[in-house]
This record gives sequence, C-alpha cells and structure tokens, in this order.
Amino acid sequence: MIWIMEILILTILLICALAAIHVKDLLSSAILLGAYSFLMCILWAEMGAVDVAFTEAAVGAGISTAFFIGAIYQTTRRTKD
Amino acid sequence: MKLFALIIVIMTGAALIYSTLDMPDWGDPNSPASLHVSPRYIEKTIEETATPNAVTSVLADYRGYDTLGETTVIFTAAVVCILLLRRIEDDKTL
Amino acid sequence: MIRLYNDLIIQTVCRIMIPLIQLFAFYVIAHGHYSPGGGFQGGCILGASFILMLIAYDINWIKRRFSENKNVILIALGVFIYALVGLLCIFLGKEYLNYSAFQKLIPIDIARVRALGTLIIEIGVGITVMAVMVSIFLNLITFGKHEKGEV
Repeated sequence: MIWIMEILILTILLICALAAIHVKDLLSSAILLGAYSFLMCILWAEMGAVDVAFTEAAVGAGISTAFFIGAIYQTTRRTKD
Repeated sequence: MKLFALIIVIMTGAALIYSTLDMPDWGDPNSPASLHVSPRYIEKTIEETATPNAVTSVLADYRGYDTLGETTVIFTAAVVCILLLRRIEDDKTL
Repeated sequence: MIRLYNDLIIQTVCRIMIPLIQLFAFYVIAHGHYSPGGGFQGGCILGASFILMLIAYDINWIKRRFSENKNVILIALGVFIYALVGLLCIFLGKEYLNYSAFQKLIPIDIARVRALGTLIIEIGVGITVMAVMVSIFLNLITFGKHEKGEV
C-alpha cells in the first residue's frame, strides 16, 4: 500500500517541478517550489529520515519561500522569456 | 543546437540511471554504509552520550567539527548579505 | 511591499500565532535530544516568527525593540558560544569539543555531561540561525535601507 502513496507523491512532485519551470508568473513559481519542498518533506518522512524531513519543512518550505517572495518584490513579477 | 542539448541531457540521464542499478537497496543492512561505523554509533549512543536521538548525538557530539563549520558557513552568509545589501543613506561616498 | 496596511485581522492573528510559534521553536531546540529537531530547525522556526512580525507590523516599531546592532551581536554570539565551549574543553584538559571535560565543573555522570554540552551548542546554533534569517530577510525586503517605503 505504501508504494502506491510513494508513486502518487513522486508524480505530484514531478508535476510541481515542471510547472515551476514553465509558469510565467514568478510568484506562482515560488509557491510551487514551496509545494515541491513539502512533498519532498513527506517523502523523507515516509523513508524514515525524520530529521531531514523536519529541516526540509523548516528551511525549504518555510524560510526559502519567504526569501523568494522578498526577492521577487525587488524585480518584475513576470518573466521575459 | 537544441537537439544537441537534448541528446546530451538524455545521455547523462541514462548514465545516472544506469549507475543507480549498482547501488545497494534502500535500508539494506549489508550495504557498506551500514556495516562499519553506524552499528558502533547505534549501540553506544545511549551509554556514552545519554541521547536517545542518534542523529543529534552524531551531529553535535561525535561530529562536532562539522556542525561548527556549518554554523560558520551560515555566519559568513549573513556577513556577506549585510556587506552586499546594506545601504547607509547619509553616507555619500557609497 | 513595505507599505503599512494596519490590517486588523492580520495583526490580531499574528499576535496570537507568534508566541505559539516561538514556544514551539524553543521546544524544538530544547527537546532535540529526544525527538527530531535541534538547533538549526528550531532557529529557523524562531526566525520565521520574527519574519512574520516584520511582515505584519510597522518596521520602525520592530526596529525600536529589535535593533540592527543587537541582531548583528546575536549573529556573532551563537558562533562564539560554540567556539567557547570547545576552547573551555581545552582549558579543562581534554580535546577540542570533547564535552566530557566538563565533568570537572559539574560532577555528574559522564554521559549526562556530554548531553549537557550538546544542549549548549544547540542553543548557540539556534541563536545564530535565528539572527541570520532575520538579517537576510530584512536586508532583502527593504533593499538594505531598513525602513518602510515604496520599492
């Protein structure tokens, strides 16, 4: 049963990563990276590395999303390419 | 040029996936990483450091130098951020 | 970004949430021996609570209570605590960062002394990480001016 959940998480992870590259709005991209970090955190916790999952949730999903949003407000919100 | 880049990426990905076939299974007790030093830490961490969480005892006690270096890296990041970003308004020479 | 909104809902929610977040951060730092956690994660959560305060409230009000000088001193203080614990071990006759040297000061079981040394350096790491996160966010979001205004 656990491998079905694993495949599901990995699929959503891949979708999040591809969407974060392809989306034109940089704020959406930052939020998608936060969602990517949370899914990665679930994956670490499911593999038994609880400390790594905790670090991923605190740094990857919490602090770095705030830093990305702070950096976006110093530049334009939409990408040119 | 895009086709060339795609071929390079596909070849690199194929090499990486091929190399994962030789790696030990996840959680394999006979893998080289869990044969030498891990059992020593798992057996002795309670009686030597009184810390039930083995990750904390390895990170802060047995491998204290690593954590000191990590803290220094974070300190350096803050110093560089202050040096690059901070602006003092009334100083005209900057 | 740093326009002052004075939004009542955001400020009230933050006033309720921030003490709980800080309490959880101290729990994560202090309980790192028994559960997942430690200095780095707890420091990140503590820094996130201060970042929430910076977003929700007036930045000049924050700067009066938590000034830049104090923040820079806190950044250096964490690393200093860590290195000082190591040097103290040398002065007490053991190797650098060998916490069992503290048994001369606190005569209890050697395993408990090492757990105590681990706790002290976790507190140092937590202080550094908290102050670093606040400093980077404040410099990034105000473009180094440390005051509110249109960007």
